Amino acid sequence: MDQYLEQENELKGLLPENTLKTRVPQVGVDRKIENAPPRYRNEISKYVIFRSDDCVRCGKCVDVCPHGVHVLKQDYKYFCTPKEHLCIGPACEKTDHYCVSICKQNALRIIENPMLKSLGDYRWTSDIILATWKMSETGDLPEDDFGFNYECGESEGGFDRIRFKFPENPPTQINEDEIDTSIILNRRNDGRPSVKIDVPWYGGGMSFGSVSNVTQLSKVRAATAWNTFSCSGEGGYMERMRPYDDHMITQVATGLFGVREETIQRVPIVEFKYAQGAKPGLGGHLLGPKNTPAVAKIREAVVNIPLFSPFPFHSVYSIEDHMKHLDWIKHINPRALLSTKVSTPTDVDMVAVGSYSAGTHIVHIDGGYGGTGAAPDIAKKNIAMPIEYAILKVHKFLKEEGVRDKITLIASGGIRTGHDIAKAIALGADGVVVGTGELVALGCVRCSRCESGRGCPRGIATTDSELITQMNVQWGTQRIINLYNAWRKILVNILKSFGMKSVTELCGRTDLLMHLDFNNDKCSN
Amino acid sequence: MPDKYHIKTTPVPPRLQRVGKFGIVDWREDCARCHNCVKKACVYDRYRQETEYIKNLDEVNTLFFECMGCFSCVQNCTKGLLCLTINSEYERLGNHYWTPEIIQTTWTQAETASVPVSGAGYRGKFSGAGFDSMWTDMSEIVRPTRDGIHGREYISTYVDIGKNLSFLSFEDKKKKYKTPPQFFIPLPLIIDMSLKEFSFPNLEHIIIETAHITDLISIIDSIKWPDCLESSQKNNIEKYLPNIAFYLNPDAPEIPAEMLNKTRLVEIPDSEEVLIQFQEIKNKFSNLIVSVRVELDKNCLKRVQELTDAGVEVIHAVADYNGDEKREEKPRFIKDMIRDIHISLIKSGKRDEVTLIAGGGIALAEHMAKAIICGADIVSTHLPLMLALECRLCSNCKANSICPAELDNVEFNYGVGRMRNLIAAWHLQLIEVMGAMGMREVRRLRGDVGRAMFYEDLEEEIFGSVFGTRKRA
Repeated sequence: MDQYLEQENELKGLLPENTLKTRVPQVGVDRKIENAPPRYRNEISKYVIFRSDDCVRCGKCVDVCPHGVHVLKQDYKYFCTPKEHLCIGPACEKTDHYCVSICKQNALRIIENPMLKSLGDYRWTSDIILATWKMSETGDLPEDDFGFNYECGESEGGFDRIRFKFPENPPTQINEDEIDTSIILNRRNDGRPSVKIDVPWYGGGMSFGSVSNVTQLSKVRAATAWNTFSCSGEGGYMERMRPYDDHMITQVATGLFGVREETIQRVPIVEFKYAQGAKPGLGGHLLGPKNTPAVAKIREAVVNIPLFSPFPFHSVYSIEDHMKHLDWIKHINPRALLSTKVSTPTDVDMVAVGSYSAGTHIVHIDGGYGGTGAAPDIAKKNIAMPIEYAILKVHKFLKEEGVRDKITLIASGGIRTGHDIAKAIALGADGVVVGTGELVALGCVRCSRCESGRGCPRGIATTDSELITQMNVQWGTQRIINLYNAWRKILVNILKSFGMKSVTELCGRTDLLMHLDFNNDKCSN
Repeated sequence: MPDKYHIKTTPVPPRLQRVGKFGIVDWREDCARCHNCVKKACVYDRYRQETEYIKNLDEVNTLFFECMGCFSCVQNCTKGLLCLTINSEYERLGNHYWTPEIIQTTWTQAETASVPVSGAGYRGKFSGAGFDSMWTDMSEIVRPTRDGIHGREYISTYVDIGKNLSFLSFEDKKKKYKTPPQFFIPLPLIIDMSLKEFSFPNLEHIIIETAHITDLISIIDSIKWPDCLESSQKNNIEKYLPNIAFYLNPDAPEIPAEMLNKTRLVEIPDSEEVLIQFQEIKNKFSNLIVSVRVELDKNCLKRVQELTDAGVEVIHAVADYNGDEKREEKPRFIKDMIRDIHISLIKSGKRDEVTLIAGGGIALAEHMAKAIICGADIVSTHLPLMLALECRLCSNCKANSICPAELDNVEFNYGVGRMRNLIAAWHLQLIEVMGAMGMREVRRLRGDVGRAMFYEDLEEEIFGSVFGTRKRA
């Protein structure tokens, strides 16, 4: 309470009276790691178990399995459906509790789930999806025995071909508790708050309309727990999000949906979205059926009418015009940090330096392969460069211009795992923005139907009143908190291997990386 | 400025059951027949549709594979009886180049005439062969156009066919030379001749009608004259001829002069006598533009230069239908060959004196934009229009087997509607890409490689600076 009052007193000197009057007490969320089991009856598993009619229901398999895969309830004649997602498959063969070999009737058979072929894609493989679910459930890394390859996808390029060159022994032994994963977002030393986040990532912008209010709330509550941020996207705020204002980023995008003086004043960071990776060079899309009465009310639009934001800002033709925008926000919200979100054209490095000169605190580059919402396929695949190239290019150019240490470089667009986060930082980013990972934590299977009809059939990227009832805020929050915890563990393990005490030491350390398509005969930093 | 180009479209549903990607396998013998069956809860109502489909079947041709792959029923079924599977028929579609994804998206575009939109980011490989090894650029802030297809500003997709003079010469205050003939089409796309496998009765009628209503050009083999027109088209022949470019097949009887005179473009095959033939046509029909069809093989670069030097005004360079160089064991891809030709013509100072049409491997709207960036003025294609008619590229026709797409039964209005819709969707996508680049005219996109990023270049320039030398495959 004292901390809250202190914070409120600080704000009195900064925020206008009308904003202070409308400010609601901020709510904290515990960073507690708890089991958040899958919300579907049959979790998709790596292995499937077949029980033949030869089974005599002796219950031996139940007794020996330490993972609790087989379930025979007391006084029940038949086995329950096995909890296949807990089964570690062939890795169990080496142990003395392998149910298949223990069963005297030879009634059990375990095979890799043939359904996995239908799950995932080159970028988000079924292994990455299953491992992300596992991390979201437990808050921990999946046991090696599960055999998930979740470090890389199968896209055959970018992060999927980059590896860390781990030393055989860490240069210095460090306790994991000593490792600091926080980063500072304001490096300009301009009198505005420095704003520290405890993990080097924050949640990507997903508007109310593109996703449900449950999804938005789960995201921001997890961000609150981890002392980081979530972004409003281009669509305004629900009242229910006000208790988390201190962990929200208000996005000012080209359609200006939900942009009001009040929404700019109440948050610590305001993001100008010039472009986005999923559809670089095109404005935001919200297709008609997702523009429900609730969405239309917040966006002050007409129900069921598709909302296509223009591209780019019609008031910006130059960096000077961009500066005018930033000045406007700085004037309205004296405590706000400013972020500029751009896509990755050839001249992304020039755009980054231009944004710096215009006064931005954070340059957020969004690579072509990311995105969570509706986008034309032609744009997703073909326009703008992948983020892996853009990070290196921008980092290098900012260094050459002598401003690298005065600006925070945030990367997004295809960051899927804790390993991707570490690789992005080693390539030169200070931190990253994650989006799809959070949705996968909530049960997304990447069926790509977010945009069609009533929206996501799994109740995540939808505003349909029936579909959104599939999950609740507490569960969603816990899943994302857990995922963040597992990602942090991955990051800490990597830093520990290199003997680093802070994630900031990893920034730009390309000498610690190798690319499988190169001879790696150049040592650079 | 010409009128804003717009193709009026209406949805044209498929004739046949869709070959979808996903389907559900149902182990119904263990079904508990519970009251909360997940089948009733399918967001897409696919189970009811499947039942209707099966009820109405006379014979089993295709299984019902229209599942959207959301796994909801699979994960919620009380007894866990449902499994999601990929349709093996879907996986068998096309070949290594014309992938099932390309075929399916073409079907959707031909049905809806809209730009394919999906969620959840990009799902494919980082890069790939051919056109997949380049990305188009976008303009962040400083740009002459805005808004793409949804905006009020006009992005022109018109292109010229014919020679541009490098300079004007005057004598006695009059132009020294007659301005060479030139015309424009509203989209940098020409409908190429049909492959010989595709020879069903209505095909040419449909293509000619499509070219007419979209105001494009279709190349028609003269051997098919006059059967290429159906009776109502023959009665209004003058309406159709401007959108027909006859390929003057040496084995075919001559096209009547009064017909040729009413066309704007004619194509002749490359041969040793091609320049003589070219001159003969020009002498007879001074306003007719003559295109020479050249195969993209190892000699094409030299040949295109020779023909341009000799005054040929349009060259149609054609790779095989996968976009590969012809007759080579290790073929180059069309984009690389077109780049070489374009650069060679620039170096010789002749680029504007010839219109370069690139054909072969143009499978998607993005290929049109990318081929133009690599140096083509116009692209030609044919297979996507066959896909629009629900062709599966199964090659049964090559073996004279039964066509699963029943192309022989294609109705005229259906065929025209599907092809028109596909062309309209390509037009919209071209505008999307150009809008992202901040360009307002496709003519200015030609050869503008600054508007593209090439995988090889980015790997060398950016990753090479930190990872050293690149291993070559």
